[in-house]
Amino acid sequence: MKKQIVIKCLKAGFVGLILLLLYAPILLLAVYSFLSTDLIGTAGSFSFEHYTKLFGDPVILGMIGNTLLLALVAATLSTILGTVGALGMYYCKKRIKTALHGISQIPVINAEIVTALALAITFVAVGIGKSYFTLIVGHMVICTPFVVLSVIPKLKQMDNSLYEAALDLGASPAKALFKVVLPQIIPGVISGFMLAITLSLDDYIVTVYTRPSGFETISTYVFNATMKGNAHTAETLSSFWALTTVIFVVIVLFVVISNLTGLRRKEAKNEK
Amino acid sequence: MKMPRFSRKTLCIPYAVFLLFFVVIPMFVILFYAFTDREMHFSFMNFVRFFSDPTKLSTIVYSLVIALITTVVCILVAYPVAYILARSKMKKKFVILMLFVTPMWINFVLRVNAIRELFNWIGILGEANYFNTVFGMVYDFLPFMILPLYTTLQKIDVSLYEASADLGGNAFTAFTRITLPLSMPGIISGVTMVFLPSMTNYVVSDMLGNSKVTIIGKFIYEYFGTDWHMGSMVALVLLIVVFVSSLLSGGFKSEENVRGANL
Repeated sequence: MKKQIVIKCLKAGFVGLILLLLYAPILLLAVYSFLSTDLIGTAGSFSFEHYTKLFGDPVILGMIGNTLLLALVAATLSTILGTVGALGMYYCKKRIKTALHGISQIPVINAEIVTALALAITFVAVGIGKSYFTLIVGHMVICTPFVVLSVIPKLKQMDNSLYEAALDLGASPAKALFKVVLPQIIPGVISGFMLAITLSLDDYIVTVYTRPSGFETISTYVFNATMKGNAHTAETLSSFWALTTVIFVVIVLFVVISNLTGLRRKEAKNEK
Repeated sequence: MKMPRFSRKTLCIPYAVFLLFFVVIPMFVILFYAFTDREMHFSFMNFVRFFSDPTKLSTIVYSLVIALITTVVCILVAYPVAYILARSKMKKKFVILMLFVTPMWINFVLRVNAIRELFNWIGILGEANYFNTVFGMVYDFLPFMILPLYTTLQKIDVSLYEASADLGGNAFTAFTRITLPLSMPGIISGVTMVFLPSMTNYVVSDMLGNSKVTIIGKFIYEYFGTDWHMGSMVALVLLIVVFVSSLLSGGFKSEENVRGANL
């Protein structure tokens, strides 16, 4: 009996230790984001100065806005393209389906830098200058295959006869797709959209190779500020502490809320 | 006369065209550049030049070693975590699993920057460049290993362990004969998700290795500014590595969606 308790403690201790290591850097920044110092390890008093700097700097606010807008546009377009594509692929002959699916996997398994370089060289070779178009296409290339991957399982679970029934009852194909097929695959579409948002928000490499000059996202801005440094480096770096903390809090809130609503949905299902 | 019936197959056309222009053609462009010289004549010189340069070769070896150590450390850390969580009878264990995934949703560069600040505080930034790089990569890619391992380990039928115990097997044989073979798909999909980025994601090696650690991905970045033919050649080699390893591992399984969206 005693041995079992020891083993249990060891297991909990190991998982706890790894979690501690995982959260240590984030918590360190979170603590220092509320102190009036620009150097971690030095003393400071409680203050919101990093937050006022963060939200008062038009350059930083601009690049946050760029990141969010880009993610929203790229994810929306990817979701539409991927959902329609997955639907079409589902009804194709097996040969075409396998071929398309295989090609669609290339950006998923490929190293991001290879995808980015290939796109960048292709754009230059055919004479398309870097613009918002190339940037959005670049993000769509890495996001859309993941949307397809999330929609396909839902298509496989779908009841095929419902579409036929809708047509027999006089619905147009478009109406049948929107009113009968789409509701059945919508969970896959939503998780594909979420996945596309996170992929786009996280991206550094493809952005660097496809963006128009002067366009900065959180990833490129933070990378350049830490690597090259500028006149206000210490100040800029410490405003990233506040930014990291804000993003972390938003994510935790999102996770908690989505789990709570998810649980409620499950409970409602059980009551039925 | 009846109108020709709308075919749902046609819905795949926009995506097929998109894939053709932005995935297939770029791959051929890379292939073309890799096998041509600056005068656009067919040539193997890119390969010869690259692989006969001893400094390049030693960097490749370093890069492979970094990726290998990162992958092994990820397995050594992720396997026990995934195993403990998968076999745990705790009701809310998905909360703990979520705790492992949540940091992954913070912007990648901000996450690496957080480690950089931690190292700077401890005083090892710029001192232990290779250690710092490997630590950062393990930190960033660990969830990619935990999730597929957890998925496969959770699927293992508990009655197999009972059967093994009934037949006189001890805990060690149960692990080597049941757990390990049945979790192989998870290990393979985790390895493919960790090994490749740790060879190519130069954000981590630049920010934590104090720009002293060069990995294969950094070559592509450097060549992009100077010589597309050499850059394409390196990219092509990586492409072939990916293609062969995905053939060997049987491709990416959508049900082991490693980015945590299905949680």
